[in-house]
Amino acid sequence: MDNGKPKVAFFDFACCEGCQLTVIDSLQTHLDLLDAIEIVQFREAMSEKGENYQIAFIEGSCTRQEDEERLHKIRDQADIVVALGACAHLGGINALKNLHPLEDVRKWVYGDKAAWYDTYPARPIGAVIEVDAFIPGCPIDREEFVRVVKALLLGTKPPIPDYPVCVECKLKENVCLFDLGKICLGPVTRAGCNAICPSYGAACEGCRGLIPNPNENAMKDVLAKAGLTVEEIMSRFTMFNTYQLQERMAEEE
Amino acid sequence: MTTLNVNVHHVTRVEGHGSIVVDVKNGEIKECRFEVVEAPRFFEAFVRGRPYSELSHITSRICGICAVGHATASLEATEKAMGVQLTEQATLLRKLMFHGEIIDSHILHTYYLVAPDFLGAGSVIPLIETHRDAVLLALRVKKLSGDLCAIIGGRHTHPCALTVGGFTHTPGERELREIQARLVDARADMDASVDLFASLPWPEFERETEYVSLHKDDEYAFIGGTVVTSDGFSYPIEDYKQVTNEECVPFSTAKWTHHNRDAYMVGALARLNNNHDQLHPRAQAAAAKLGLRPIVTNPFLNSAAQVVEMVHCVEDSIRIIDELLSRGVQPEAPAPFKVEATEAVGSCDVPRGILFHHYVYDEDGICTRANCIIPTNQNMANLNADMKVLLPQILDRPQDEVRHLLEMLVRAYDPCISCSAHCLKVEFV
Repeated sequence: MDNGKPKVAFFDFACCEGCQLTVIDSLQTHLDLLDAIEIVQFREAMSEKGENYQIAFIEGSCTRQEDEERLHKIRDQADIVVALGACAHLGGINALKNLHPLEDVRKWVYGDKAAWYDTYPARPIGAVIEVDAFIPGCPIDREEFVRVVKALLLGTKPPIPDYPVCVECKLKENVCLFDLGKICLGPVTRAGCNAICPSYGAACEGCRGLIPNPNENAMKDVLAKAGLTVEEIMSRFTMFNTYQLQERMAEEE
Repeated sequence: MTTLNVNVHHVTRVEGHGSIVVDVKNGEIKECRFEVVEAPRFFEAFVRGRPYSELSHITSRICGICAVGHATASLEATEKAMGVQLTEQATLLRKLMFHGEIIDSHILHTYYLVAPDFLGAGSVIPLIETHRDAVLLALRVKKLSGDLCAIIGGRHTHPCALTVGGFTHTPGERELREIQARLVDARADMDASVDLFASLPWPEFERETEYVSLHKDDEYAFIGGTVVTSDGFSYPIEDYKQVTNEECVPFSTAKWTHHNRDAYMVGALARLNNNHDQLHPRAQAAAAKLGLRPIVTNPFLNSAAQVVEMVHCVEDSIRIIDELLSRGVQPEAPAPFKVEATEAVGSCDVPRGILFHHYVYDEDGICTRANCIIPTNQNMANLNADMKVLLPQILDRPQDEVRHLLEMLVRAYDPCISCSAHCLKVEFV
């Protein structure tokens, strides 16, 4: 029976399912979300399974041939595809394996049984199918998820910031971690997380990806003051952004 | 004669991708197994080359549900390797946050994933109409446990403030008092949960196996201690490989383990069986009400044991906060340590069972080898053994009922398949 609500489905690929868990947690404070949308597929949380959906949220990276087929199938069905979290948006932590030769990685884990397990370098889903929107972060921010859903329902552009984490950190009046002798990726990382890591005394790890036009010269000045080179900070960036850094290097070559 | 063909591709309401395959022809069981089909993620391979300071942050990403458990086990290993002595305050805060995760994970499993099976629903969503009070209770406790983790670590999934030597943040006394008041209020929710789950018609099924957990002499063990089994074995954590004996199986990206028998079980039921007497008195009363008298050999009751552990963790959290407040909570810098070439094993009994992290570091504190052994992997052989015993007992039932019972059995183990296929190394050191 059609109740007029947009039908929404959740899918996951290589990931920890922490972003879907964050979606479930968003119901604690936004149970009325279910008045506005109908969730027809969400394997982690429900057995019901509908194949007729307009909006698909996809968590996780593409790491095998069979993932591509599933991704194309979802793209064919959905009007709107949203990359949910760093693994889908950036490749994220999964792409750390791309820093090692693939055969070495498989043998390291599965030894002489390596051939049993299919895998290739981890990619964001946007490398395989067209993505209409993304919700960054590892994990996603609960409130940002709700904001994006609202925007999608209203047909407006999802409000994802394109300024750095430092803006939010300053608004929270945190002491700059560089002044405490820590190395933080906040100056070039996309905001929207409310600077949660620096607010808890931990350096930004860059899980939301680089801002579109990072002020690299200002960043270099900050790093120089901290006695660091661009190479040193880039090695930190590999934690979540290996795929982007490798693509960029390939373009430059 | 019975002919059954059950193929549940991607079992729902579990964390990650697993499938049930059953093939019965003329009453003869040809196939009966649970396959893990999750995409492998290769954590042990790619943490090589990363600095010690990143390890707990990277490995917490193995799992969104037991992120605190992975981070804590990871820090246990690194801190043991670097000779870190945590302060009393940091030790208490680690325990408190761990309790938060146990409550968080168990409420998710018992209410959102298991309860719909008994209440005739495919998910928690229809229950909002039919069992609104129970759903609101679950949402309330889930928020409480998440908030408990958040005041200490910033958030539950992938905590920010856990670091080698302690924390990068200290909760305020007012925050602790507020959360303690909510924990006290949650006693009513715990009582209601015990009543609800005690009233459920748990499937009747018994299969004795070996139960493996951590043990401590002075408390119900979640962080550190020794590895014990219900068959009477005891090992220091460093000797974990004598317990786990991992092997690859062709239809599963999760490796299997065995110890004294063909299989063993880990998780809430194993902990309850091994450490029942150390549960808080209220939790022991809950266990009695739920009919859990060790040794409990019905694996479906793992979910009931989780309810008991929620009661324990609520009570113990109230106690820990009392202790913190009476000591006075002070901001502390992480404990000092020296980086050197070293190796160590850390272990925690996370929501789904005993977890091991084993790291080797070079002289610059760069990880050169790592091994993580996950509870869900350790349960795989036992789950399959249960399926093989259960199936002949229910063969005469309709195919849908057989499928549903097998799905419920899988769910009872609360498998965390993302974890299981995080990928394990075969040969170590």
